[in-house]
Amino acid sequence: MSWLDHRTGIETAVRNFLYEEIPASSGWHQVFGSIAVFLFLVQAFTGALLAFNYAPTPGDAYNSLRYILTEVTGGHLIRGLHHWGASMLIVVVVLHMTQVFLYGGYKKPREATWMVGVVLLLLTMAYGLTGYLLPWDNRAYWGTVVATQIASHIPLAGPYMSRLLGGENAIGVVTFARFYGLHVLLLPPATGLLIATHIYLVRKHGVAPAPGDEVKSNKKFYPRQAFIDTVAIFAAFVVLFVMAAAVRVPLERLADPTDTTYIPRPDWYFLFLFQTLKFLEGPLAVAGSVILPGLAVLALLLVPFVDRGQVMRVTRRTVAFGVVVLALLGWTSLTVAAIVTTPKSDNTVAIDYGAPTDWIGLSPQELAGIGYFRKENCASCHSLEGKPGAPPEPGPDLANLPIKKSAAWMIEHFKRPAAMVPGSSMPAIQLSNAQLNALAAFLLKLTPRNAEALANAPDFAVQAGLLYQTKNCGSCHQVNGVGMKIGPPLNGLARRRTKTWVAQHFAHPQDLSPGSFMPPYQLSPREMDSLVAYLFALPD
Amino acid sequence: MAVTDQRGAQTEVTRRKFYIAMIYGLWSIIAAALSIPAAIYLLIPPKLRKMPEWVEAGDVSKLEPRVPVEMVFRQNRVDGWKIQSEKTTAWVVKLSDAQVVAYGPQCTHLGCAYHWDDNRNYFLCPCHTSIFGVDGAVVSGPAPRPLDRYETKVENGKLLLGPLHQSKEKA
Repeated sequence: MSWLDHRTGIETAVRNFLYEEIPASSGWHQVFGSIAVFLFLVQAFTGALLAFNYAPTPGDAYNSLRYILTEVTGGHLIRGLHHWGASMLIVVVVLHMTQVFLYGGYKKPREATWMVGVVLLLLTMAYGLTGYLLPWDNRAYWGTVVATQIASHIPLAGPYMSRLLGGENAIGVVTFARFYGLHVLLLPPATGLLIATHIYLVRKHGVAPAPGDEVKSNKKFYPRQAFIDTVAIFAAFVVLFVMAAAVRVPLERLADPTDTTYIPRPDWYFLFLFQTLKFLEGPLAVAGSVILPGLAVLALLLVPFVDRGQVMRVTRRTVAFGVVVLALLGWTSLTVAAIVTTPKSDNTVAIDYGAPTDWIGLSPQELAGIGYFRKENCASCHSLEGKPGAPPEPGPDLANLPIKKSAAWMIEHFKRPAAMVPGSSMPAIQLSNAQLNALAAFLLKLTPRNAEALANAPDFAVQAGLLYQTKNCGSCHQVNGVGMKIGPPLNGLARRRTKTWVAQHFAHPQDLSPGSFMPPYQLSPREMDSLVAYLFALPD
Repeated sequence: MAVTDQRGAQTEVTRRKFYIAMIYGLWSIIAAALSIPAAIYLLIPPKLRKMPEWVEAGDVSKLEPRVPVEMVFRQNRVDGWKIQSEKTTAWVVKLSDAQVVAYGPQCTHLGCAYHWDDNRNYFLCPCHTSIFGVDGAVVSGPAPRPLDRYETKVENGKLLLGPLHQSKEKA
């Protein structure tokens, strides 16, 4: 026995843990519990990392998350792991329960193990519910409004529940603090404790044997089953990592309690509950929001006491299979119905606030300049890296010029490149004066710090800038302090009008503003979407 | 019979070795895939937001030569996801008609605020009695280097301050 083991017993403990005897039938179908524990640890780890750069108060929460996404290196990946890890944990926990249910693993004497597992499922969902609010964007805010309203409808306990969740009058700082406290202070230790209890019970009773196991000799957990679990965990991790790296989790705009057009949606795993509420109206609504889910949980808890028969081969458990298929069908159809019946939001252009939004501060002319920069393929010879030591290209790096030239100089240079820079091999740009002006205006805005963000400005905004420019909107309207004040300034339009109003106003201005001398504009649906989305994104 | 047994035992050993190698290998990959991004996330400084490079500190046209004046001005500082507007001070001295210097307000020893002693004509730090001359050089005390200086330029009699630099000289 080694020195360390003599003092701590750690080696003996690990050995006892790894050399646990398991039934001969154990194998690939029992990996889900291990994956769930692993994913829980990933959530704890990434959650702690997020907390290191996160301020848990409304407003600040949104800004700090934006900071994580747009400025902190690797912030997107860490948030992606936490976001997709949550969804994956729900999937894996349900798969784990389904496997145990199908095999009848909950039978005597393992009833308590099953019931602790049901509570763990509820805790997993509680994380989803409380974590949903924490980005404090519109999606988070409105989703939570619905959730707290449901809690307030619980018979008798309703008012107390909503007081407990801090959502009695409106969602605000108290709700936020309660949700955050639950999410990071109360739920994790509770989950840890229950997972420990769950595993202790599994060890106490042993892994549930299948019929036929009693005549075969037991196996050891290590190394074969440990290998199987490791491979399964690795596969799950690869899927999670790829999703976190490749699928962007958008951040919507800051929570806006006055937004009357927002259509709240819960996360995908709650959609079936959400849909149930549509079928039940009036006094029956309580049945959908509280009584049915309550009965479902009760039924789950009581499963081991309802089915008390002998352990059977899994292939002969037709009733269990029937229940699973019915549940799956019910869940799927409710979820699909919820997705299909969701009214199309009028936000056809979604702005991702998880990406830099430096373009919002530009003038429409400068935005149009980005459009001409793209149309003329300037980037094939000029980089906008803004980093010293970027690979050399035929033309100079435009974000990192040692001396900024004036707009007049640039326009002359665009028209006759070699006349201004002797020996330049740049072709002359065939654009009108106004267009060259816009291009020069954009180039004047470039700095090493904003180049990357501006070069990646979303297409709809650039298109809107081009439209604004070609339709000469600036000769009557002002955006970001640029333009004339004959018509109303367009910043703050989102506060004053709805998107539909603005779209109709473009087509028939005098119908909506009698006496206005704005000419009508016929825009294609795509152009209209882009322009309206851009105008509504402008700062107040 | 004995031969097949032996072969069976041997494949069992190889299989066992494979299992164990895979367990260590896959867990190492997972550990690396989580810890490397975490280290990058925590250790690489975030992208900086653009700050105005020059801040106006005050009027230097009426400064008397070699008489330091404490100038108080507001400066924006990037602090994580916030931009803080905070009060900052600089000790400004006109060393000659051509040269105006601005010292950072903290002693180079341990960061205490120092002040100008009119009677004795030096900067005195009250914490550990470091003394600096009007040119910022260390006269006595534990300070390891002369006072830190802001980059300066004067436009129309107004003093503009840039970033604060440490002096390379040793005391």
